[in-house]
Amino acid sequence: MTELFFPPGLLLVLGALLMPLGLKVRNALIFGLPILCLILIWSLPVDYVFSVPFLGFELEPVKVTTTGRVFATIFCLMALVGGVFAYRQASTLELSAAFAYAGSAVGVTLSGDLITLFIFWEVMAIGSTLVIWSAKHDGAYRASVRYLMVHLLGGLLLMTGIAGHVIDTGSIRFEALQLESIAQYLILAGFLINAGAPPLSAWIADAYPEASPSGSVFLSAFTTKTAVFTLIIAFPGTWILIPIGIYMIFYGIIYALLENDMRRILAYSIVNQVGFMVTGIGIGTEMALNGATAHAFAHIIYKALLLMSAGAVLYRTGKRRCTELGGLFQSMPWTALLGTIGALAISSFPFTSGFVTKSMIAQSAADQHLMIVWFSLAAASAGVFLHAGIKFPWFVFFQKDSGMRPPEAPSNMMVAMSIFALLCIGLGIFPQPLYDILPYPVSYEPYTGAHLVAQFQLLLFAGLAFFVLLPMMKRTLTISLDFDWFYRRVFPVASQNTFSMIWKLDNVIRMAFLKKLDQGLAFITKRNEGTSSLLSRTYPAGSMVMWVTVILAVYLFLSFITH
Amino acid sequence: MNPKGTNQQDKHWLLRQENIRKLWIGFIVVLVLTVVAGLFVHQHDSFGVEDSFAFFAWYGFITCVGMVVFAKLLGIFLKRPEDYYEPVSTIDEAHHD
Repeated sequence: MTELFFPPGLLLVLGALLMPLGLKVRNALIFGLPILCLILIWSLPVDYVFSVPFLGFELEPVKVTTTGRVFATIFCLMALVGGVFAYRQASTLELSAAFAYAGSAVGVTLSGDLITLFIFWEVMAIGSTLVIWSAKHDGAYRASVRYLMVHLLGGLLLMTGIAGHVIDTGSIRFEALQLESIAQYLILAGFLINAGAPPLSAWIADAYPEASPSGSVFLSAFTTKTAVFTLIIAFPGTWILIPIGIYMIFYGIIYALLENDMRRILAYSIVNQVGFMVTGIGIGTEMALNGATAHAFAHIIYKALLLMSAGAVLYRTGKRRCTELGGLFQSMPWTALLGTIGALAISSFPFTSGFVTKSMIAQSAADQHLMIVWFSLAAASAGVFLHAGIKFPWFVFFQKDSGMRPPEAPSNMMVAMSIFALLCIGLGIFPQPLYDILPYPVSYEPYTGAHLVAQFQLLLFAGLAFFVLLPMMKRTLTISLDFDWFYRRVFPVASQNTFSMIWKLDNVIRMAFLKKLDQGLAFITKRNEGTSSLLSRTYPAGSMVMWVTVILAVYLFLSFITH
Repeated sequence: MNPKGTNQQDKHWLLRQENIRKLWIGFIVVLVLTVVAGLFVHQHDSFGVEDSFAFFAWYGFITCVGMVVFAKLLGIFLKRPEDYYEPVSTIDEAHHD
């Protein structure tokens, strides 16, 4: 079949809108839509284009590329397994929003032009905001508004950039762009905001941990990874992405090390992992782009798995802080085991998915003789094990005993976590199926003796550092200031102070004016009171008659001389 | 039997003192093994140091210590009480057994 039946992304979005029709319909859609969507995507050949004319442009709402197909596949898989994780506990609003969000993410990965891309981009912002909203508590509502503001700003930059680019070049095609004009820089900025790049990285750690246990699972997958996809297509080999990526990597590690909220640790580590992908895109060789694509695929799986285990803990205990958790492996052994598999995969432990994907990025840095980049990536690999690989499972499931003995996670959550844990290990041991669908041919062998030894040394000694420094890792009841300090504290306080100063000044001026007015009026009334003043004096009738006579005489005189 | 001993027996096997000691010994043995294994493989040598003795071991350890210390120092300036921006979120209250 090579004819398009229905745009796959739109199918998910429209299907999501039918979810409120009833529980049975909803559950059928949760399992049916992603599978149908996957079938549609894989029934279309690479380079298939479906186009429609629109206002003098040729829109391409569906264009299949090898890169886009990898992302669309993992997005559908995420919607399916996320649906399994959520369908018995989450609200219909959340599921409906999550599927519209997933569908628009698929839509972005299959768009051939910038207008289609922008429309799906904005639907994603709305869908994800609703996912946060459906957690239904005050903190989530406020966080969702801040989240929406950041994404509306990103959307605005993107739209301005697209408009400028279309005026400059006359083309709406979504393809590799050169950074030649302000318009293209604006497009890059719009993409980078969604990737969690500096300076606006804080929105991820601010908003995602406020969502419901299943909400944060959906959120972790789509927004940042569609941004990675758009960067791969539009800006491969743009050198500026290398320092941006490296910054994101270390930002994620350092902030996660300071953090106490278990899901915020994982949110910071999203920025860290996307940093690896952004660095790979900046390197821009075929192997680096393959690495970024494969790493995004693997990352979605193990990050969702980690957030699912954290979600299960939150669902059972109602606690989110490391300081209140601990010792849960005793009553939630399966959740602990599956979460630990996710933690090993994110750390790129040999025989897990991270090992076969992330190493392609580091290898491409070595091949290009980018020494600083390579040393940074090696240090960062150790740092990932430190901040996510050990810290998360250690403080949630082990460390001191919190005394809590919550029951094991609900069965549907266990099924979802098991599927993703199997995929983490399966892709680690048999990477070939993933390598086969990557955009470029893969000539990389992850399992060499040298690579295994290097990775084991790096990770295990990072583990040693963790346990040696454990006293320094003691959690505190704190949050960490980030760029959001400017829009959550500095600007509100500064504008409040400025306005209160303006009000005060205004008040002083008004009061001074009123006082002067009062004085003036008082002066006039004083001058006119009684019978002594100008207006209230009495005048004799004789003088009035005299003045009337004078006026009449003048009038008579004037009428004579004018004739 | 002293009270401390009873306490140790009540604990999950993973939390007992003697087993934690065994885990540490096992961990150190594995660490030594990875370093020894490093002597038998040749690292792809792009920058001139990767093939030196136990490079990835000390590099991983030192950089991690560096990151923890850096985070600790940065924490002095960046850490604030949880309710710095707004009262602590009410999400904590709901849980399902």
